[in-house]
Amino acid sequence: MAITSPSPAMVAVEAFQLLFVLLFAPLLYGWIGIVRAFLSNRTPAGLLQPWRNLLRLFRKETVLPEGHSILFILVPPVFFSVIAGASLLVPFLLVSPPLAPVADAVTLVGLFSLARMTMALGAMDVGTPFGDMGARREMMVAFLTEPATLMILFTVSLWSGSTSVPSIIRSLTDGHDPFHPSLLIAALAFILVFLGENARLPIDNPATHLELTMIHEAMLLEYSGPLLALMEWGSMQKLLLYLLIGIDFFAPSGMPEDPTLLSVLAGSGILAGKLLLLGSGIALIESLFAKLRIFRVPEFTALAYLLSTLGFLLHFVLEV
Amino acid sequence: MAPHTHILLNRLVGFLGSALLLSSFAMLSMRRMSSLVRIFALQGLLLTLGTLSVAIVAGEPHLLFSALFTFIFKVLVLPIILFRLLERLRIRGEVEVLLNVPTTMVVGLFVVVFSFALASPISELASTVSRGLIGVGLAALLLSFLMMITRKKAITQVLGFLGMENALFFSAINATYGMPMVVELGVAFDVLVGTFVFGIFFFQIRETFESFDLKHMDNTQTE
Repeated sequence: MAITSPSPAMVAVEAFQLLFVLLFAPLLYGWIGIVRAFLSNRTPAGLLQPWRNLLRLFRKETVLPEGHSILFILVPPVFFSVIAGASLLVPFLLVSPPLAPVADAVTLVGLFSLARMTMALGAMDVGTPFGDMGARREMMVAFLTEPATLMILFTVSLWSGSTSVPSIIRSLTDGHDPFHPSLLIAALAFILVFLGENARLPIDNPATHLELTMIHEAMLLEYSGPLLALMEWGSMQKLLLYLLIGIDFFAPSGMPEDPTLLSVLAGSGILAGKLLLLGSGIALIESLFAKLRIFRVPEFTALAYLLSTLGFLLHFVLEV
Repeated sequence: MAPHTHILLNRLVGFLGSALLLSSFAMLSMRRMSSLVRIFALQGLLLTLGTLSVAIVAGEPHLLFSALFTFIFKVLVLPIILFRLLERLRIRGEVEVLLNVPTTMVVGLFVVVFSFALASPISELASTVSRGLIGVGLAALLLSFLMMITRKKAITQVLGFLGMENALFFSAINATYGMPMVVELGVAFDVLVGTFVFGIFFFQIRETFESFDLKHMDNTQTE
């Protein structure tokens, strides 16, 4: 499908998608924090706390570490814009947003890898031991989860025969078949991959700065002020985008096909409900499980790969 | 029966089969003895539900009795015996493995691919509604076998054996709607008696070798 000259409606839809991801990502973080606080009997900091943190960081001055190169300064904007660019490609307000034909699901995985690689380079640039260690660990987790991610992708695309996200959604919502065992297993694998890729609890504790255990935070140690804000905002968006991709693959019902204002509003209402539910789910998982030792991470990701491959195989045995 | 509910039930059988396969993998990956027994009980429950839904889809009333026996033996009696055995033998520690868990998982994956490929011509020949699940049963069987091979302690091997029996039962139901009632009952009692015998055997093993590690048995002289 070629893209013809952009009509105002198309531009409006894409702009709305970008705005939705930019504004909603910190709120989702806040929501996860509220549910976590509620589950552990603490007083929550409020839905707006991540926004307050970001604004505070944007107001602060940037302190650059000794021995940094230009790469160190370039990484946060590049990271942020790659993730924000990905938010234009993931369908969530409409089944087929105008820019969706540009990229299929494999490209999305590639974009996330690009973002991760830039972040690791930035962490290694200064040459401090923590940054190096964090970058190495992050890349290890990433390379262990990537095969599982791709297998999940192949499993969900078996129905449509294509890895383009809109056609996957369409093939899953035509609704003559009640439920698919293979998709259920792939969804389990997706949860594991999601936790690994977004540095959530069984793999990495997002709330700690304990030097021996941190992965994601270790990479951000040298950043400060607006640069740090960009990195954190980008990570929040990444979390939201992963959830949106998960919704596309495993629970796409209620997503409007036609771009009228009313259906988009109704669709985004349903979407917000799903996101709140998923956010509570993440908070529940994080409250129930302790962090894994780093040497147990391969076991965790092996499980994810196993589940996704089983889903893939079961499709041929049970569902053809 | 309305075709829609039929499809739904068929899917349910498929789903239960996949859950059974997953529970075999879970048995492979568990590190604690007590959770191993719990998963075995869960597997029995899945088997019961699977038998029930095949009975309804295929309209075979004798499978209802099979489901009942499965529930009594494999969900209630055997796990209780095993738990008491663990308690009396004072086994709380971790499962000892010969091959580390991620490697076992990958080997298990190859086993699944192999058995799916092996079972596909058999499924063509079978005439049952849930013939696609023969491969799943075979895979679960070989996974339990893998568990028997890769574990050091005698008790884990017995659990692998029981898991194998579960898988065999599942394949039989999906290939031919179960064996004759007499055979099924006989097997169920055999397994029960077998577990008792194993239980007595464990005490003997511990008294003779002061350990459950099977490698001590390699050194005994045969006369």
